[in-house]
Amino acid sequence: MEYGITTAAYVVAAVLFILSLGGLSGQESAKRAVWYGISAMALAVVATLFGPGAGNWLLSLVMLAIGGGIGWVVAKRVQMTEMPQLVAAMHSLVGLAAVLIGFNAQFELGRVIRARAADAAAEFHGFAAVLAHKTPAEIAMLKVEVALGIFIGAVTFTGSIVAFGKLAGKIDGKPKKLPGGHLLNAGAAALSLLAVILYCSVGAPVLWLLVITAAAFFIGYHLIMGIGGADMPVVVSMLNSYSGWAAAAIGFTLGNDLLIVVGALVGSSGAILSYIMCKAMNRNFVSVILGGFGGETGPAMEIEGEQIAIDAEGVAAALNDADEVIIVPGYGMAVAQAQQSVSELTRKLRARGKNVRFAIHPVAGRLPGHMNVLLAEAKVPYDIVMEMDEINDDFPSTDVAIVIGSNDIVNPAAQEDPNSPIAGMPVLEVWKAKQVFVSKRGQGTGYSGIENPLFYKENTRMFYGDAKKSIDALLPMIE
Amino acid sequence: MKRRVTFRDCFSPRGLVKDYFDAMQTALRCQQGSVLVKIGALKESFEGEARVAITPSSAAHLRKLGHEVFVEAGAGTRAGFTDAAYQAAGITVEPTAGALINDVDVVVKVRPPSDAEIKAMRRGQTLISHFYPAQNAELLEAAREQGITAIAMDMVPRISRAQKMDALSSMANIAGYRAVIEAANNFGRFFTGQVTAAGKVPPAKVLVVGAGVAGLAAIGAATSLGAQVYAFDVRPEVAEQIESMGAQFVYLDFAETQTDGAATGGYAAPSSPEFREKQLEKFRELAPEMDIVITTALIPGRDAPKLWTKDMVAAMKPGSVIVDLAAERGGNCELTVPDERFVTENGVIIIGYTDFPSRMATQASELYGNNVRHMLADLTPGKDGVLVQNMEDDVIRGATVTNDGDVTWPPPPPKVAAIAAQKPKEKPKELTPEERRAQEVAAFKAQTRSQVTLLVAGAVLMLLVGSFAPASFLSHFIVFVLSCFVGFQVIWNVSHSLHTPLMAITNAISSIIIVGALLQIGSGSWLVVLLGAASVLMAGVNIFGGFLVTRRMLAMFQKS
Repeated sequence: MEYGITTAAYVVAAVLFILSLGGLSGQESAKRAVWYGISAMALAVVATLFGPGAGNWLLSLVMLAIGGGIGWVVAKRVQMTEMPQLVAAMHSLVGLAAVLIGFNAQFELGRVIRARAADAAAEFHGFAAVLAHKTPAEIAMLKVEVALGIFIGAVTFTGSIVAFGKLAGKIDGKPKKLPGGHLLNAGAAALSLLAVILYCSVGAPVLWLLVITAAAFFIGYHLIMGIGGADMPVVVSMLNSYSGWAAAAIGFTLGNDLLIVVGALVGSSGAILSYIMCKAMNRNFVSVILGGFGGETGPAMEIEGEQIAIDAEGVAAALNDADEVIIVPGYGMAVAQAQQSVSELTRKLRARGKNVRFAIHPVAGRLPGHMNVLLAEAKVPYDIVMEMDEINDDFPSTDVAIVIGSNDIVNPAAQEDPNSPIAGMPVLEVWKAKQVFVSKRGQGTGYSGIENPLFYKENTRMFYGDAKKSIDALLPMIE
Repeated sequence: MKRRVTFRDCFSPRGLVKDYFDAMQTALRCQQGSVLVKIGALKESFEGEARVAITPSSAAHLRKLGHEVFVEAGAGTRAGFTDAAYQAAGITVEPTAGALINDVDVVVKVRPPSDAEIKAMRRGQTLISHFYPAQNAELLEAAREQGITAIAMDMVPRISRAQKMDALSSMANIAGYRAVIEAANNFGRFFTGQVTAAGKVPPAKVLVVGAGVAGLAAIGAATSLGAQVYAFDVRPEVAEQIESMGAQFVYLDFAETQTDGAATGGYAAPSSPEFREKQLEKFRELAPEMDIVITTALIPGRDAPKLWTKDMVAAMKPGSVIVDLAAERGGNCELTVPDERFVTENGVIIIGYTDFPSRMATQASELYGNNVRHMLADLTPGKDGVLVQNMEDDVIRGATVTNDGDVTWPPPPPKVAAIAAQKPKEKPKELTPEERRAQEVAAFKAQTRSQVTLLVAGAVLMLLVGSFAPASFLSHFIVFVLSCFVGFQVIWNVSHSLHTPLMAITNAISSIIIVGALLQIGSGSWLVVLLGAASVLMAGVNIFGGFLVTRRMLAMFQKS
């Protein structure tokens, strides 16, 4: 009877999880969607605690309370600009949990087999009881699942930690590879495949699992170290996907359908996000994952002209004259924490009856949708924040386009120079606006290290300086 | 080539040798302790010209550049600027032209100078005005002989940087607007269509020939009066501009590739006889329908092309109006009488005025005054009242027609190309219904093929798994595959802006792994319990952290 209720609760929880993801299709329904997710999670935990196989209630609740407390504090304190690293850090926890649970499954399995050998009629509780009923074929399958779960979990763990380090600026953002490059990854992958086979066939299972874990740790570390900071949106969503697949693999091990369902949902969501990001950069998923830009086909186009600087007064005068303004924010805005100033500027311009809109490139920032969240935090109404496809045609009728801390996503070389490493990547066509102001710290190139011909165009003026200070300097001059 | 009137120049041996008089003059000024350049506007001597080259507001800017400003008495009267207004703006009013020329270093004018005016000027003086050096060879020679530096406002090259001093454009803009106003004044009907209690009024149909600055201004003015506007130009690349102003572009069905306007500095080039024939044929077709025709077609350095022939005029309805903005250069219409309003036998009114900008003298003077002051700003890079005739500068070089006793016209081609050459636009091919149908069928077939291939491959894979894996695994596997499908379907609908919340919520959801840990924590082995407890702890962090952060983010999204 207990079984029935637990399964029923799982069904309800699974439906709620699906609704929760589906609800994110709009800003308003999204607020409801979170509650679906929360109640689904609560339902799943309670049903499991009351269901078969669970024990040690008190310990579970204490640990949950401690963990929840930590999570609560972290979530309350984190700055919106630190969101990417927070998400990455949380992925690492899921990965590690998957690894530990995988090991546990092996320990239980070993215990059951040993106990059976000693006493064929031994009684088991909880998960061990499930294992005790398995046939040899099922146990073989189980071993494969355990190995898979541990492997994915371990890759997620180290990968997320490296991604966290890069996003938090604790590790250098430049792609780095150990000598040997992808051969090392391939070697580690081959090693873990060998370990899986040995784990399933010969003895000393825990040893082989440790080998798999170590190899996977290395792959996760080395793979993500080799990917540049600009590709982090893809990496984070990919790790998100991995944490889902790890959960699904563990679900198979434990024979728990809810884990499988939710793991698959998260896994496919992350996979689609990665795909969308890659498409927005016109890059192949494989080449992003393997790190670095693809081979260049020829010398980049020569750029003629010079970068012309402008001061705040000039920008303010142009803004005062303009009717149509489009602001293109990028990672630089997040770094400078300039979103509040930008929001204030927007408010002032809109109060003067000017049409101000934001153009968001799908890969602006370090996380999918990063800019949207920052602007929302600064109380920029979301209906003036446009996607690239919605607004790209409007640049020719725009008086002033302001580029704040973005570079590659407004690089005309993507369209004009077939030899450019980013050739063919869809970009925001800011240079079609009558005037373009680029707020930038200095004359450096973007994350990908590519020269940007936009800065040399005749209608472009460079507005050097820290984004926040620059925008703050503008504010009093808007009249 | 730089010529800078500075203190050092007063003692330059080269200056003394080469031009004794000039150096003496400068030296005299240096002694007086004044290096400020004096700028003065003459009263226009041309009959009927009402514009003036300096207005009180442009003078204020000139004074900021460090210049001293003069104006001849009565120069601005017809443009609506009284001498008192000039004086109030700190400008010295000189009683006569002679006195003005005598007192200033730079003379500014609107129309080209008369012979008398040139003769009155002295060596080393600068003249800024319209000049038309191509048509006025004698004037050019006179200016050279006189040793003056003549800067022609009509020769300012068409590059973005020089737009602020492009007097041809600012005057053409006024002419285009005024042409519509003159047409409306002579037209006996409304421009806009109306349905009133007293009956229905059809909208006026306006054809604008030539979509340069004047043509576009005319299109803008006519559309805002409510007329139905059609426009024609030989440069196909302006179709976009025409349509952006609200007019319909009249397409010619002609295969010959047109010269790109970018190659000729944005001006139209002469067209082939075949093309011209085709064009006239189109006009003949349009003539009976049009109520108002505004022609602005000009080719630099040539007489205006005859585009509106007698028979087209004859085909037009009585009361129709033709405004010929090319009248000064012979007119686009064969019947145009320059400077006159002429009514044909069939009652078509042809307006051939050549002084449209002067008819709006206040506005025209304001704009021309600004053009002139921008030119002077470029000539005074230091904003210190010191004139620098920098012949390396494309704009100044292009506009200077005589300098230092030499004729410097025509100028070498500018270093910066005026307008970027347009890439040939690929026209989306019009598909016939059959072709479209065939394409759809092909696309459908390809889609079906790829789906069937995927399904077959998947089914084979399934069979393989099924024949080896135990049954209990397969029942879970079904759940897994279906969930992947649901996930794919659901996630595609998530809006771009919510991708970060999506990541946060999936992150929170992925801590469902806690269920696994909870299942194991009841084990008899202490190691398993320990690891399980650690897992519960980590998943707990994730659950609370993930959901809280998501809620925080979503709460921020607000509608305006």
